[in-house]
Amino acid sequence: MGLFTELKDSISRVTDRLFSEQEPKRIGIYGPPNAGKTTLANRIARDWTGDAIGTESHIPHETRRARRKENVEIERNGKSVTIDIVDTPGVTTKVDYEEFTDEMDEDDAIRRSREATEGVAEAMHWLREDVDGVIYVLDSAEDPITQVNTMLIGIIESRDLPVLIFANKIDLEDSSVKRIEDAFPQHKTIPLSAKEGENMDEVYESIAEYFG
Amino acid sequence: MPKATNTDDSDDGIQIDLISGERMDELATMEKIRMILDGVHDGNIVILEEGLTPDEESKLIETTMAEINPDGFNGIEIETYPKSETRESSLLGRIMGNEETAAKLTVIGPANRIETLHKDETLISALVSRN
Repeated sequence: MGLFTELKDSISRVTDRLFSEQEPKRIGIYGPPNAGKTTLANRIARDWTGDAIGTESHIPHETRRARRKENVEIERNGKSVTIDIVDTPGVTTKVDYEEFTDEMDEDDAIRRSREATEGVAEAMHWLREDVDGVIYVLDSAEDPITQVNTMLIGIIESRDLPVLIFANKIDLEDSSVKRIEDAFPQHKTIPLSAKEGENMDEVYESIAEYFG
Repeated sequence: MPKATNTDDSDDGIQIDLISGERMDELATMEKIRMILDGVHDGNIVILEEGLTPDEESKLIETTMAEINPDGFNGIEIETYPKSETRESSLLGRIMGNEETAAKLTVIGPANRIETLHKDETLISALVSRN
């Protein structure tokens, strides 16, 4: 290896390290409501920092504010990446407070729906302004070809953000990873169960490789 | 420019606004979003000949969320044909700088009045109710 090449590599390593120390990449966890975004964010945060990010629930719109976990360092196969995980509220084009009235009284349902709409708007703002990459989480037991998924993937692509698709909930009987791969063949899809911790090795390898 | 407005007969039926790409081209992003949401607030079904850009879609979602009100407006239902890959990546398109063309028919309506029954690459089937 020539002196010039060595010098160039050395400078590149230093600048990469400086960049990563100064500005960890902000990776937004996006997807529709109830795809398991917070379960995934908690799994990643617990595995690498020991702390959780937010509360998980089967009721849609449990996450109504974007939450950031800073400086999560993920190492796999000699590759390392330090990221800020941004857990975002599930994106939708409609929120009806009556969806929640089975689980809570009307006042709480109205409050929850108001907070949910603010959360979706916040998530869109983060996507346009403040994230460097996206983990798009889908429930692999559900049909992935929905307007929200198509629109969001289009928005992410139009901003040239790197995106990994996580086919979550592979522990469910109706899970179909192929359905997601077929819906978005232009992106890498990684199967997992954030709840059960299945296939997390591949998840971390992909994050370290793709966002590192 | 004249605005699409409900007629006196609007209580008897459902108004459908078909908006040409040419008309949308004359509008700024927020004007487009306002035109769509004003129509949807009136209970109309809005059909866009050429759809919106991803950035406009993002702002449409954000604005819709700000206007949802538990007393009446639950948001929107929106359906779009998937973008044609061949059209998007065509050499001519790239040369002309049209990679982000929004030419995709888009149907938007009030979430509590429109329900998508079926959608594939060539067909959108929707059920529209009067209330």
